[in-house]
Amino acid sequence: MSRNLILGGLLTSVFIIAALLSFVWTPDSVEAMNIANRLKPPSADNLLGTDHFGRDILSMLMVGARTSIAVALVAVGIGMGLGVPLGLAAAARRGGMLDEVIMRMNDLIFAFPSLVIAILITAVFGPSATNAIIAIGIFNIPVFARITRGAALSLWKREFIMAAQVAGKTRARISAEHILPNVANLLIVQGTIQFSLGILAEAGLSYVGLGAQPPIPSWGRMLADAQTMVSLAPHVALIPGLTIVAMVLGLNLLGDGLRDALDPRLKVVRA
Amino acid sequence: MTLLSIENLTLAIQGTPILHSISLNIAAGEITALTGESGSGKSMTAFATMGLLPKGTATSGTIAFDDANLLALPEPQMCDLRGREIGMVFQEPMTALNPVQTIGAQVMETILVHKAMTPEQAETRARDVLDRVGLPPDRFPLSRYPHELSGGQRQRVVIAMAIALRLRLLIADEPTTALDVTTQAQILNLLKRLVKEDDMALMMITHDLAVVSDMADTLNVMRHGEIVESGPTAQVLRDMRHPYTRQLFEASRHQAELGSAKADAPLLSVQNVSRDYPLPRATLFGTRPMFRAVKDVSFEIRRGERVGLVGESGCGKSTLTRAILGLEPVQSGQITLDGDPVWQDGHPNLNVRRKMQVVFQDPYGSFNPRHRVARLITEPFHLLTDPPKGGERDTAVSEALTAVGLKPEDANRHIHAFSGGQRQRIAIARALIIKPDLIVFDEAVSALDVRVRAQILDLMADLSRAYGLTYLFISHDLSVVRSITDRVMVMRAGEIVEDRPTADIFAAPNHIYTRELMTAAPQLPDFPEAQDAPQPAL
Amino acid sequence: MLRYIVKRLISLAISLIVASVVIFVVVEIAPGDPASFMLGINAQPDTIAALRTELGLDQSKLDRYLSWVGGMLIGDFGTSYTYRTPVAQMIADRMWVSLPLAIYALTLSTVIAFPAGIFAAARRGGPGDLAVTGATQLGVAIPNFWFAMMLVLIFALQLRWFSAGGFPGWDKGFWGGMKALTLPAIALALPQAAILTRVMRSSLLDILGEDFMRTARAKGLSARQALWRHGLRNALIPVLTIIGLQFAFLLAGAIIIEQVFFLPGLGRLIFQAITQRDLIVVESVVMLLVFAVIMVNFLVDLAYAAVDPRLRTRT
Repeated sequence: MSRNLILGGLLTSVFIIAALLSFVWTPDSVEAMNIANRLKPPSADNLLGTDHFGRDILSMLMVGARTSIAVALVAVGIGMGLGVPLGLAAAARRGGMLDEVIMRMNDLIFAFPSLVIAILITAVFGPSATNAIIAIGIFNIPVFARITRGAALSLWKREFIMAAQVAGKTRARISAEHILPNVANLLIVQGTIQFSLGILAEAGLSYVGLGAQPPIPSWGRMLADAQTMVSLAPHVALIPGLTIVAMVLGLNLLGDGLRDALDPRLKVVRA
Repeated sequence: MTLLSIENLTLAIQGTPILHSISLNIAAGEITALTGESGSGKSMTAFATMGLLPKGTATSGTIAFDDANLLALPEPQMCDLRGREIGMVFQEPMTALNPVQTIGAQVMETILVHKAMTPEQAETRARDVLDRVGLPPDRFPLSRYPHELSGGQRQRVVIAMAIALRLRLLIADEPTTALDVTTQAQILNLLKRLVKEDDMALMMITHDLAVVSDMADTLNVMRHGEIVESGPTAQVLRDMRHPYTRQLFEASRHQAELGSAKADAPLLSVQNVSRDYPLPRATLFGTRPMFRAVKDVSFEIRRGERVGLVGESGCGKSTLTRAILGLEPVQSGQITLDGDPVWQDGHPNLNVRRKMQVVFQDPYGSFNPRHRVARLITEPFHLLTDPPKGGERDTAVSEALTAVGLKPEDANRHIHAFSGGQRQRIAIARALIIKPDLIVFDEAVSALDVRVRAQILDLMADLSRAYGLTYLFISHDLSVVRSITDRVMVMRAGEIVEDRPTADIFAAPNHIYTRELMTAAPQLPDFPEAQDAPQPAL
Repeated sequence: MLRYIVKRLISLAISLIVASVVIFVVVEIAPGDPASFMLGINAQPDTIAALRTELGLDQSKLDRYLSWVGGMLIGDFGTSYTYRTPVAQMIADRMWVSLPLAIYALTLSTVIAFPAGIFAAARRGGPGDLAVTGATQLGVAIPNFWFAMMLVLIFALQLRWFSAGGFPGWDKGFWGGMKALTLPAIALALPQAAILTRVMRSSLLDILGEDFMRTARAKGLSARQALWRHGLRNALIPVLTIIGLQFAFLLAGAIIIEQVFFLPGLGRLIFQAITQRDLIVVESVVMLLVFAVIMVNFLVDLAYAAVDPRLRTRT
């Protein structure tokens, strides 16, 4: 096992465990405000200090991790669930109408960054964490469709696929039986990367108020609240920021480690 | 006079030994061949001479060029030698040129990087040298890009790049392996001419004994990183002191024992088949022009016959094969097997597919790497309405594996545990398992080393005799087809130009193109059959 | 070559049309009537009707779509529901902040990433490569708006080299404007530069394994010469794709970063418009952003053709 894999796996597990733990236990309540105890630097009582309402930052981060992970995970699910079948279908009918339509739709979605989709949805339905999921999820679709199609196209040229055709299998069946398992590694690695990008995007959206709404704690929201406080108490901005960096870094290391372990030649996309 | 002298060259990559104490001498004006099967270390010898070894390579011994030991020469001096004194030509001309630079710029670069001439002189020289390699400036201006040239033309550009300055040693690593046989003959002639004209030494690396037998002055036979036999070519081929040399030689001219063809009722019938491909539109909204890859082709294969289909790349044989296999529909004409059309109502006909199987070229690409052998070879069961299950299925797997010379236990292993030759056996087992009438071999032995190829050809012949199978054998290689077929069809530019019994065609080809192919194909010399005991040297 | 450009232009036009329909439809399904929203709950029905006529809301959906698109073609983006001023004017004012910011950041990220990527690739596996790869690993993990906050904390609040936010306006001098955009541009550029460096590096490493690089070495080029003369231009093709994609992210990122630095750009405009339900502004700004992204990708397609002769002669 590579160093990347171990380090990334450890970091990622810490956050997932913290998020799960927050369902049953947090060091302190995230709702109880204690203005007298506001903006306290890290101490034995509040390991990571308190925010402008006197809430325990560690507890906020733990509950916030839930939001981040849930949003990013569901967004990856949307992207994979729709993108992978589209990519497989496009490759199976290479050069046909379906391929053309799918690829043009992909190009089109690429012109709508997650933020722009979130702006549109929020303008219409008002802000919420669901918006963030949909916005990030929609943007994930072409990412998965494109890499799946690319990998599938090169597989379709391989002789074992021709052998399966000669054996009378339909294109749909070949896609499911031969193509999908052979692109699975790529999808796992790309999924990890999209997960990390999802965490970043969710933080950005909730920072500008297009994501999870108070009182649901979220990392981006914590940073937005910290902004005016940054000169008084740098830790309120520093700690949530470093938390995001650590989580994203962990996922990226995990992605790199998985790629090296599964197949170093995998072509993943990062934009 | 010795130009290059390799003494006791030993080489290991990341601790894996590749070469063991290689010694050989090359003189100016001489062609020295290194031959042997894949993994014998012949290419590594070339790269060691060029000083282009991969990272983590440890060497010992000397490679003396003039007075310098190339193994000890600092990189800047090596750079100075490369391209000016020592040049190299590679196997794959399609990828050996920079796709975003003109051929002129790439030829001129050899000259300019050594500051040998002014840019103006270099341009003139580039034009001259391209002309010398057979690319006259009126048809091949310096402003051409590689993608506008064919494989053979690109190889000429690579040669031009190598000899742009007056080289003393040219290393050619399988320079014609990726080319068609007629192009191969032209490139070999070009190399011979250049050696003579420039009094250059040529180190020629090839797996094909026939290519070097009438070209090389000296022959070095390599196996597992050692030179097992070396000497003047004629002498080596006559004496064959080392058993490995003899094995190579015999495998190269191997004739499988085919037995006589039964040839009863017609099995496969191809009638007036044409196949078109759309080309990119010439104008923006115009109709797409069509390229007719197969033109009104008709032939018949009788049950029990073994028929070869030979032609060079782009002749339409792959397209025709895909149509016969029912992978693509045809534009006109009809293909039937045992009276049933292979393509019916816009779909491949499953009744026909059941009676037809295929073995592909690439032993590494024709299996899903994730499955075990049993699952791989039973894939055609999918075609049966009532496929065997349980014990019946296991018996079928065991029988098929035994038939191709493997063990029943191999069924539970993964495909990566097998060598290239074993994989081709597994591919044949997969084709056999539903007891088809016709097996199509699509370049099925082209990727194999010569000794393995001989074994696979024997296996094919045995199976055909044992089961009365009908074969369609597609290949670019006449010598392979000769050893395994009763009848040969020669295809060119979408048409079958000759279709006659194998013996007749090889005795007296009718069509001019068949004759061209046969003259171009390198031949092993006909030495008297080797005796039981090695002959003493004269 | 001409056919290639014409083909791209057609696909560009189709993308723009589909994008405009999507945006229009999404905004159409927004609940609530802008006229009643603007006038408040106590408004008289006839006042609302009058306003609806004035805003063109009483026309059919198709007519409204056509007049929206037709208007945009001649630079008329309609009238803001909230401010009753031409949207085109509002956008034009803000654009002079957002567009220079995005271009500034793109330039910075390219200027950083190219040398860094080449440096790392040329020293593959060495300490220099490890340092660059490590830095990019960190760079891609940093949220740009948080990075912006840290820059403000250090360079504006502690060192006082820059102001913490705001924009003096270009009429107060070019350098003053550039100075105000410098921290935002760095905040945007560095995380993008990390991505671009990684792409540049891996693309070059892919090219280093190509046959023609070996041919170049056989001619007598040193490893470095081969990298510069043959590697770079070939490696540029995937890098261009990423630069095109990045522009979309930079525009979106600029909108977020503007919030950190209180810059009067498109971001400020659009967030105000969202809170005020000024849908015509949202609609037009989004269309403009999408237009910019599609245009940049069109330019990237043209750049491909400049780099790769195979595209010029074929397709």
